[in-house]
Amino acid sequence: MVELRDISIAFGGIRAVDGVSLDLYPGEVVGLLGHNGAGKSTLIKCLSGAYKADHGQIFINGQEVTINNPRDAREYNIETIYQTLALADNLDAASNLFLGRELVTGGGLLDDARMEAETRRILARLNPNFKKFKDPVSALSGGQRQSVAIARAVYFNAKILIMDEPTAALGPQETQMVAELIHELKRDGLGIFLIDHDVHAVKQLCDRAAVMKNGQLVGVVKVDEVTEDDLLAMIILGKKPEHLAA
Amino acid sequence: MTDTSTKPAAASSTTGSTSAPSAGPLTRFLRATEIDTRLLGMMGALLLIWLVFHFYGVIFNGFGAFLTPRNLWNVSVQMSSIGIMATGMVLVIVTRNIDLSVGAILGVTGMVMGILQVEILPQYLGLGHPAIWVITVIVGIFVGGCIGAIHGWLIAYRGIPSFIVTLGGLLVWRGAAFLSANGKTISPVDATFTLLGGGPYGAIGAVGSWTVGVIACLGILAALYAGRQSRKRHEFPVRPMWAEIFMGLLGCGLVIGAVLVVNAYPWPRGIVNSYIEANGIVLAEGETLFISHGFAYPVLIMLTVALLMTLLVSRTRFGRYVFAIGGNPEAAALAGINVRWMTLRIFALMGALAGLAAVVASARLNSATNALGLLDELYVIAAAVVGGTSLAGGVGTIYGAILGALVMQSLRSGMVLIGFDTAVQQIVVGSVLVLAVYLDNLYRNRAK
Repeated sequence: MVELRDISIAFGGIRAVDGVSLDLYPGEVVGLLGHNGAGKSTLIKCLSGAYKADHGQIFINGQEVTINNPRDAREYNIETIYQTLALADNLDAASNLFLGRELVTGGGLLDDARMEAETRRILARLNPNFKKFKDPVSALSGGQRQSVAIARAVYFNAKILIMDEPTAALGPQETQMVAELIHELKRDGLGIFLIDHDVHAVKQLCDRAAVMKNGQLVGVVKVDEVTEDDLLAMIILGKKPEHLAA
Repeated sequence: MTDTSTKPAAASSTTGSTSAPSAGPLTRFLRATEIDTRLLGMMGALLLIWLVFHFYGVIFNGFGAFLTPRNLWNVSVQMSSIGIMATGMVLVIVTRNIDLSVGAILGVTGMVMGILQVEILPQYLGLGHPAIWVITVIVGIFVGGCIGAIHGWLIAYRGIPSFIVTLGGLLVWRGAAFLSANGKTISPVDATFTLLGGGPYGAIGAVGSWTVGVIACLGILAALYAGRQSRKRHEFPVRPMWAEIFMGLLGCGLVIGAVLVVNAYPWPRGIVNSYIEANGIVLAEGETLFISHGFAYPVLIMLTVALLMTLLVSRTRFGRYVFAIGGNPEAAALAGINVRWMTLRIFALMGALAGLAAVVASARLNSATNALGLLDELYVIAAAVVGGTSLAGGVGTIYGAILGALVMQSLRSGMVLIGFDTAVQQIVVGSVLVLAVYLDNLYRNRAK
């Protein structure tokens, strides 16, 4: 469904991502592992439109595409949940959910009532405890903020979902909720890139894991074929485990 | 971004406790009517200022001059040009920028309009041609918008901080205002144009004011009704009926009060006499004519601007993006908002409003001088900030800015009336600005 081919991007002489190729199939979750600064987030931002790759190609459903900005990415049904959540703290849930894609009335004015109704509908599904529709999102708990960010990605019929450390700021119960959601979305046939530090979570949630180090791809493995220790070794040593090395 | 992670927990606990059923009657009243408590605080402060000035006059001068129709009418006219610009300044400050150049833009556009209507247009159209003022106003707003757009371009596309660009702009455009007529004052301006600045002839009179008042009341009721219907349609909780009625009565009451005040201010004797002569009215001995001023044109211009800006801010994508950029510029960009283009447009709008303010200011003065709008930028920023616009970005309202302008002008007029000299006025205005922001901080910290 998605194929990143030989992607490179450099910032001021430092090659943050160096010739990485990676693919993703429908209904699959691919975990991206690596140290801080390994280039995981940078790679994925080339796909979500936040950065433009210096070099390399992106294919979606076999067609080569150019993604210059987040708007382009959304055109291809690529939705991103950023680590920082990318919420405007001073706006309420509905405004954030529809930010950049507001519903308008015939006269071109914002249809706040309809946006709030839609927001209530989707959040009732994702997080039934969510009640604070009128408050700015700065007044919400970490889990509730996460719900808004996820709702934003899910509402617009994402085909490809990028989640950058979705559980970093969450408690165990909320983490469980996100895990269930990932399974549900997977059943619906979405392809998901999951960026995470946590080897354990990746092993549980993902089908395949891609490990990066210093901007380069160490390897892509099926999680069933490796142990957590193998994955850790890949992250730290930057080498594929011996039993998989061809 | 680091401090936001700690706030939500505290915020949710306080909001959780206030929504408990044990809330006091005042809290319940405020929640039912959905009145902004900050707004209430500002109204209270304004009322306090008015009363203090009035009774200071009563006690020390033997005459309270503040709460008279005449003074309130004057305050409304004098605040207009600051009020018009303050609505634009809200957008600038909400997006974490500042515009120090509005006073200078006002000055230079005032000069451009003065030269245009006095020295250029009469040559082609003839003196007093009815099109002169229309062309002048359009050119003034356009020139202001262009200057603002240049500032916006330098800020957004060349990455120069807005503080620097507009500080430079302040000097450049003030200098340009001087050079445009070599420091001369251009006067008098076009007769119709002058009306836009107020004065007995520059007001709509009693009947006109009642018409405006009735339309405003109908508008308020229609907006309340439409809001309630919309909430019902989407099955959101609606305000209790008594709260709706209260809001309607309050809104209409304020409008009617304003109409009564402006209609209670009659034309001065001299103007009435010349009016009587000009129209050949014969009066019985000892009888005088009571002709009301009514709302002045500059006030109506300001209120129209405020209404349109409120609509822009709350009901359009443009307005939504302004606040999104102010709340989190990075998130706004990731949501596909073109932050640079927005910034340019916001500054262009600010410039255009400064051009419109120049219309009001130079028309009121009946002349264009290069000193027009000197230090206005400070009063405009003060009005926006006193009105609750946060310099940290993301927070601000148009009605707050208008109220802020009213507070600032009340202070200035009030001190003139009780005879404080300029030096004391400056000290008081400066102190009030700092105090207002401090109180606002206290309020926000408690609300969180």
